[in-house]
Amino acid sequence: MALRISREEVAHIAELAKLGLAEEEMELFSQQLSRVLEYAEMLNRLNTEAIPPTAQVTSLYSVSRPDEARPSLTQEEVLQNAPSREDGYFKIRLVLE
Amino acid sequence: MELCELSIAQAESLLEKGEVSSVELTQAVLERIEAVESRVRAYVTMAPQQALEQARAADKRRAQGQGGALLGIPLAIKDIICTKDMPTTCASKILENFISPYEATVIERLRREGVVILGKTNLDEFAMGSSTENSAFFPTCNPWDLERVPGGSSGGSAAAVAAGEALGALGTDTGGSVRQPASFCGIVGLKPTYGRVSRYGLVAFASSLDQIGPLTKDVADCALLMNAIAHYDSRDSTCANAPTPDYASSLVADVRGMRVGIPREYFVEGMEPQVEEAVRRAVEHLEGLGAEVDEVSLAHTEYALPTYYLIAPAEASANLARYDGIKYGLSYRESVDMWDTYRRTRQFGFGAEVKRRIMLGTYALSAGYYDAYYLKAQKVRTLIRQDFDRAFARFDVLVAPVAPTPAFKIGEKVEDPLQMYLSDIFTLSLNLAGLCGVSIPCGFAVEPERGKRLPIGMQILGPAFGEEAILRVAYAYEQTTNWHRERPKLDGGCQGRGPQPLMEGRR
Repeated sequence: MALRISREEVAHIAELAKLGLAEEEMELFSQQLSRVLEYAEMLNRLNTEAIPPTAQVTSLYSVSRPDEARPSLTQEEVLQNAPSREDGYFKIRLVLE
Repeated sequence: MELCELSIAQAESLLEKGEVSSVELTQAVLERIEAVESRVRAYVTMAPQQALEQARAADKRRAQGQGGALLGIPLAIKDIICTKDMPTTCASKILENFISPYEATVIERLRREGVVILGKTNLDEFAMGSSTENSAFFPTCNPWDLERVPGGSSGGSAAAVAAGEALGALGTDTGGSVRQPASFCGIVGLKPTYGRVSRYGLVAFASSLDQIGPLTKDVADCALLMNAIAHYDSRDSTCANAPTPDYASSLVADVRGMRVGIPREYFVEGMEPQVEEAVRRAVEHLEGLGAEVDEVSLAHTEYALPTYYLIAPAEASANLARYDGIKYGLSYRESVDMWDTYRRTRQFGFGAEVKRRIMLGTYALSAGYYDAYYLKAQKVRTLIRQDFDRAFARFDVLVAPVAPTPAFKIGEKVEDPLQMYLSDIFTLSLNLAGLCGVSIPCGFAVEPERGKRLPIGMQILGPAFGEEAILRVAYAYEQTTNWHRERPKLDGGCQGRGPQPLMEGRR
């Protein structure tokens, strides 16, 4: 039987998630994810046409607070874990040629 | 009794009377850590010097006439809750050297209470797992049988409390991660109602499911920690703006007339017979105490596992997008451009289970599959919630096993993700519905090979903001049984592989 998620699909999803995968991981995930999704298909036994989805369980919506200035982290605190920094900025690799 | 074996309430009473100082108490626990940690391996980071400083400060506050249920009490914190004075690693290589610039609200609250923080405990990477074997650093061993897992993902916190390496601990529960390790280690673990405890400063795994909860030696201690952490916080917009009851006032050993439902779907074929027997005996015990017991159906229970393993990974895949090697954490420096930094940092920084869940979640949210998987799961989540709504219209609490088996062996399920996921079948539904539950010890299973006694836990489930009811039933049961008084003997060596725990100053 064909796997639910082919190796090509694994590569596609990994790229959507910007997740580098080794060759062996592609193979393994194709099998393991297929098996989990196969199991998940038991949900199709339920007719949910008239059922509203639940995204969250609180009865809170659009929680807001007064727009008032308050203390925040300093620039130094924000940058303290930066792998690379320059002149108070995060420094990154080339984005566009 | 040795100081490290005391409950929080017992220790506080000695502190209050001046019979022991926080420094002495903290020393005793540090000595216990010294003696057993090489076998249990509960801690990712230990901070003995900072702990002793905090103990001295607590003693000073007492000398000045201050008091408090947690003042000077040594606790452990799951290493996914942000602290400013030591790393927060999430047991992941991607955050191995991360020091949070701010503190979680629960940590701020505990510090205000004057607790002593001993260190940060091991977990499955980003709390994804049921055995603590997914830690990127080393597995933690179950103090009752060092060849077995302590459960997960809060396995380090549970093992530390059971082994006397902390008087209490904080964990987090996204699908059972406080209750299941509490049951595997023979202690008490509570998952609060969603929104009861602030998640500010808790590193996000699945934001609609995550809650911080206490792991303690008994129910009274659980109530004391809840009093400290269950408060409204404007920095978490999902936090409930509701007054905090005094949970200690729920410690009433009387369940006469309380309606206790037994969900029949939580007793399934294939579960360990000794677990079923222990939980059924506990139910009879509650009936003997005057509770009104009857069966109830939570009809969609079998769908909770697939529902959870679509929703939680979907949320995780979005939450973990932030680990990109730019702002903090591991960063792959040999990359040719920014996109390559992203891919390689995540390839080398995440472990197998985290990658699996990012993949699963990204798939479930991707174009063409969203309706079939993610939306479908959200609709079934509604059905699962409605089951509980109907049950709690008839019952004050529900009682069920926490897991289908006691602690399993290290390595037993690591090759088969689906088998590992199945160990969560009795705990996931509660998170999907956003309700509260507490796991308490209710017996022991004897494993056939070596005759080791393994703790069994039962969970008492309550409606939203029903913590007082579940604590009351838990307390009544505990006060008339002795399971919670038993402590592991801790003999033999740990079979787990991996390096020794990383000590203070590991940077």
